[in-house]
Amino acid sequence: MIYQGKQKIWSEYQKEIPDDHWFYVRSCIRQNFFPGAEVMFMKICREELGKDIYETPYHTTCGGIAYHCDTIPQETVMTIVARQFSLMTEAGYENYAASCITSFGNYIEILETWNEFPEVETKIRELLWKACRREFVKPKYVAHASDLIYKFRNDIAARAKYRLVNRKTGEPLRVVEHIGCHYSKMFPSKGVGGAEYPYVLCGMIESWGGNVIDYPERRHCCGYGFRQYHVKANRGYSIANTHKKFESMEPYHPDMIITNCPGCPYFMDRWQYAISEIEGKTYGENGYGIPVLTYEEVASLVLGYDPWDIGLQLHQVAVEPLLDKMGIPYNPDEKYKGLNHKDIMRPELPGVLKCC
Amino acid sequence: MDFGFGIAPSSTINLDKVDRSRFTRLHELEPDVYKCMACGSCSSTCPAGRFSGMSVRKVILALQRGKEKEAVRMLKGCMLCGKCSMVCPRGINTRHLILSICRIYNEEQQ
Repeated sequence: MIYQGKQKIWSEYQKEIPDDHWFYVRSCIRQNFFPGAEVMFMKICREELGKDIYETPYHTTCGGIAYHCDTIPQETVMTIVARQFSLMTEAGYENYAASCITSFGNYIEILETWNEFPEVETKIRELLWKACRREFVKPKYVAHASDLIYKFRNDIAARAKYRLVNRKTGEPLRVVEHIGCHYSKMFPSKGVGGAEYPYVLCGMIESWGGNVIDYPERRHCCGYGFRQYHVKANRGYSIANTHKKFESMEPYHPDMIITNCPGCPYFMDRWQYAISEIEGKTYGENGYGIPVLTYEEVASLVLGYDPWDIGLQLHQVAVEPLLDKMGIPYNPDEKYKGLNHKDIMRPELPGVLKCC
Repeated sequence: MDFGFGIAPSSTINLDKVDRSRFTRLHELEPDVYKCMACGSCSSTCPAGRFSGMSVRKVILALQRGKEKEAVRMLKGCMLCGKCSMVCPRGINTRHLILSICRIYNEEQQ
């Protein structure tokens, strides 16, 4: 890739990310997909980096999925979001960090709407008061959780036990970075690096020793696209998007994919199985798939956490080939044991996609 | 395995592989064909559209994409009533355009 031009674009799109004291809100779907990711984010921020990150059990969904599926109006989403802001105000924080990309896009969109139309904000304040007698102060900074890991990427690199380097050859791993659409495609100035060349994941990959792959469909959607997937009749379009992306990245032989969105890792992981069953094609080496990880999972691996403690056994695509490349030790017998060492049962093996 | 859905076929059209010579001729005869903004007013007012699938908007789009057979098949439903000409916001004489399309695209079949 033409590196200098992209660096110029990245340097133009930088945002301020406060160092500490964050109010963290989890994603409503992510813990079902990759339950280790958010737990590890909290652990890394609190225990490894010593940051003040607060979360509350009273937090709910932001309503983003229903909003993007056209099932609830924006005023409803705004009132839900206003309630989240009131929780933050109550806890005494002013920096808001969202785990979910859609939530992040939602918060930014709502704050921008209130900025342009103050009368809407007044109306939402009234609705919130009528609904649950709450008031709120707007957050001073809104960031996505990946912005925080991006900010602390060099601190993590300094503590790294493993790097994104092939232990046998000494070559950097070829990494595909995939940014969730709602991170910066709606408001480019709110994401690190803008919409065209977001730097948030590239920065992490470079700091941790990997090599970023540039391929034609790099900014293409993962295929989730709410309405495409949620309606069964439209799922062919969803998988067609993922198929297009994998066909585009295949010639570059990626070792892994890093994402920062709840839906992207899930769809790029699970659709590899579906594509293998429909077309009989796999995209990794020797019949395996390309492992798709969240940035928290990658940070945890780099910091030396046990792969099974961070939930990598819940990925459809086997991660063992990647662990072998990075030289991370793992016990295959412990793969399907829970944290309490109880058997969590083995899934049925796919017909085409090779799994360990 | 049958999931109840498959990979949707790509709708990508490679315009480098489409022969647009007849569309260029059409444009020489009917320069207004480039004025069309695909608003669909012609299609919504077409009395034949509901029964025959005729749509001037789709015909112009299909010709631009090289799907000539599809366009000619659609035009067979046209009764030349001229209602589409009356509603076109860009003032395109669609009735005349349809006649020109029939002349150019049917030449080889004759």
